[in-house]
Amino acid sequence: MSQYLLRRLLIIVPSVLGISIVIFTVLALAPGDPFEELATNPNVPAEVRAHLRAKFGLDDPVAVRYVRWLGAMLGGDWGFSFASRINVDDLILGRLPTTLLVIGSSQVLALLIALPVGVYAATRPYSIFDQIANTLAYVGFSLPTFFTGILFILVFSIQLDWLPFVYRSDISATGWQFYWEHFKQALMPVAVLGLFQGASWTRYVRSAVLDVIRLDYVTTARAKGLGERAVVMKHVVRNALIPVVTLVALQMPAIFGGAIVTEQIFRVPGIGSLLITAILANDTPVIMAVTFVFAGLVILCNLLADLLYVWLDPRISYR
Amino acid sequence: MNEQSLRDLIEDVRAGRLSRRQFVHTLVGIGLTAPLASQMLAYSGIAQAQAKSTYKPTKRGGGGTLKLLWWQGATLLNPHFAVGTKDQEGSRIFYEPLAGYDNDGNFVPILAAEIPSVQNGGLAADGRSVVWKLKQGVQWHDGKPFTADDLVFNWEYAANPATAATTIATYRDIKVEKLDSHSVRVVFQKPTPFWAEAFCGTRGMIIPRHLFEPYKGDKSREAPNNLKPVGTGPYRFVDFKPGDMVRGQINANYHEPNRPHFDAIEMKGGGDAVSAARAVIQTGEFDYAWNMQVEDEILLRLEKGGKGRAEIVSGGNIEHILVNSTDPSTEVDGERSSLKTRHPLFSDPAVREALNLLVDRQSVQDHIYGRTGVATANFLNNPERFRSRSTKFEFNVDKANQLLESAGWKRGADGVRAKDGRKLKIVFQTSINAPRQKTQAIIKQACQKAGIELELKAVTASVYFSSDVANPDTYTKFYCDMQMYTQTMTQPDPQVFMEQFTSAEVSTKANKWQGRNISRWRSDEYDKAFRAAESELDPVKRAALFVRMNDLVIASRHIIPVVFRPRVSAQASKLRAPLSGWDNDLWLLRDWYREA
Repeated sequence: MSQYLLRRLLIIVPSVLGISIVIFTVLALAPGDPFEELATNPNVPAEVRAHLRAKFGLDDPVAVRYVRWLGAMLGGDWGFSFASRINVDDLILGRLPTTLLVIGSSQVLALLIALPVGVYAATRPYSIFDQIANTLAYVGFSLPTFFTGILFILVFSIQLDWLPFVYRSDISATGWQFYWEHFKQALMPVAVLGLFQGASWTRYVRSAVLDVIRLDYVTTARAKGLGERAVVMKHVVRNALIPVVTLVALQMPAIFGGAIVTEQIFRVPGIGSLLITAILANDTPVIMAVTFVFAGLVILCNLLADLLYVWLDPRISYR
Repeated sequence: MNEQSLRDLIEDVRAGRLSRRQFVHTLVGIGLTAPLASQMLAYSGIAQAQAKSTYKPTKRGGGGTLKLLWWQGATLLNPHFAVGTKDQEGSRIFYEPLAGYDNDGNFVPILAAEIPSVQNGGLAADGRSVVWKLKQGVQWHDGKPFTADDLVFNWEYAANPATAATTIATYRDIKVEKLDSHSVRVVFQKPTPFWAEAFCGTRGMIIPRHLFEPYKGDKSREAPNNLKPVGTGPYRFVDFKPGDMVRGQINANYHEPNRPHFDAIEMKGGGDAVSAARAVIQTGEFDYAWNMQVEDEILLRLEKGGKGRAEIVSGGNIEHILVNSTDPSTEVDGERSSLKTRHPLFSDPAVREALNLLVDRQSVQDHIYGRTGVATANFLNNPERFRSRSTKFEFNVDKANQLLESAGWKRGADGVRAKDGRKLKIVFQTSINAPRQKTQAIIKQACQKAGIELELKAVTASVYFSSDVANPDTYTKFYCDMQMYTQTMTQPDPQVFMEQFTSAEVSTKANKWQGRNISRWRSDEYDKAFRAAESELDPVKRAALFVRMNDLVIASRHIIPVVFRPRVSAQASKLRAPLSGWDNDLWLLRDWYREA
């Protein structure tokens, strides 16, 4: 096991290197210049831009810039944002809590919907409840988040005027008021992400449970005289959830990706919206760092999923 | 309008036959900026009327929180590093210049005790220096006094190339001398007609010497106060998240009585313009939103709710068509649209004249831009109310047809005119942007009726407006017959703006297409007028030169103005915010208040 873990960790090194090379070259090849706004502003002489480019080493060949970036990264220096003139890690750390809060709550919401609905639907396949749940799940994951986001804003903010649609990380209220305000503003983005995720997971949970519930050992458990509740909770769900858990782990990075759009719509100051502003401003170090964080998450989540398998299902072993 | 008639106008103002305001508006109408007009009066010894403040609150504070929505959030808060207006606006909450420009172009003293003039001895007769007297008793937010040393420092800081300040152009050619603790002399290298640039307006915000002194030059980026501004403004810094949020609280020691009105200020960034307009005008979640690049139709619909309104102020931005004077299809020395070529079709003035007649500006205004784009015949700004009577625009397909016919362009079997085997087929490019595509369509339709075939091309904005040397589709390369975009005017003085038509500014391979003369139109007469204006000290003569330049550009028909684009913002109904088209949106933040 530990040998396996070591091997997996070693594989991470070349993959991370490969990812960084790809991102770096693509960014270097892409059109645009972080100081473009200066170029089009007649009040700023061309020398200022040339000086800035030289200062940030933008005129060097791509390979040189890459090696320099890699060296700095290994030393824990994430780089320096051209647009904000501050360190990239400060920028990302400032944004991370909001993203984690929004994504975390949306995942909890998704699980809270997917688990009970999926299990209940599977225990009564093709009942009215199952049919309705299935239909709603289809609708849920067919509608993209940018659509539901705008729809929610139109209905709940503009027509009904119940919820604010601009997310603010600083809320000046204190005590209960503070939590209430936070709850109100987070409700829509969390619901948009959570319902989308919950819909696809519901279907997944349902089919996983359905697979297990027909197996012989479940019949045995029933024959033994166990109550329906005990059969489902102890024998069925536990086994059915093994693939679900890995799925959740594997989908984590995709959720960060989906959150980028949602963050932009609701002005949630997370790393997703940071990425978008950075791309628009051609702020290469920030784009690099954020995509790198996402890439790192993918790798980590993959590893986590593989390890969870072993822990959940002792029949699988790694050598 | 020549020099003499300008002088007559000034005499009219002196004698009281013409109001100061009317004078300024007349000059704006003939293509001059309001601050320039105002300066002409100052030079002629006509004192500036004390701008009446409309500020009503009688005590400091008590207004709650002012919530601003900037759909592009400020990314840094040092005014000397400001890359775009978003950064300037963020800085403007905390920092102040000596003077700002109001919407009539008047100078409004902010950190200055008075505006320099000939009478008070502030302006040197030779135009080589100006003396600024600073307001007494002004304190930085940390309690340190604001003095002449701060001004000297700002000059040294910005002028040092190692600092890499974006304001360097404003400060590198001047010298700042301290006269006493509260006055400085700004010395120019040569007679400078427009003296109110350093320490004024968007590029004049002053940062404290005691906090930035150790971070001059190469170390500029390490200054902790780049992100934690300590200024003299009406609000103190509380918190800053780059690109997301700027927060401030009331400055209880602010140097103006009863100001500011609000107890706290928040500037939220991110999102898009349309939803920003909604948040202010429709739901009232925010008090003010900047730069409403939203179709007027949507704004009008949102305004019906009555919670807010779109506020429109005139500035100097102009949507215009450029008609290439060089040939984009022939390559000379690895460069298309080279100066060594002439455009095969546009070298005939009749074709350019016809195109000018085929741009239906009124329809573009009525059906596309509404209040956010006003049809114009001038290249320099032209607000609707003060439209000049001397310049006119006309939409006339018949006349265009006649012109082309008499110039020898005959219709072929396919309805497209041709002469000497060359067909009137023109490629017309612009950036991808819904109103621009609609404008293209309107022009194409009219051209079709006159036997000109327009091929429309739209380029993604990020490529079109980039300075990427390798890309053939950038607007500066202009590898195309005609193109259209908005030219922004970022300075109150038209000199830099008008420099873009001089021969020296032609965009070529040699200058990596960084030159600003994109149409590549060249005129000795224009160059001469521009050079004269550069050193002409008499503001009246200088103004006459600018008018002449504007007329030359328009007469060439290589530049076809379409609509003038005023600045549009969204405001809550009860908010009172004095805006100016010549300065930042937040230029007079101290006077913002909410009506009870």
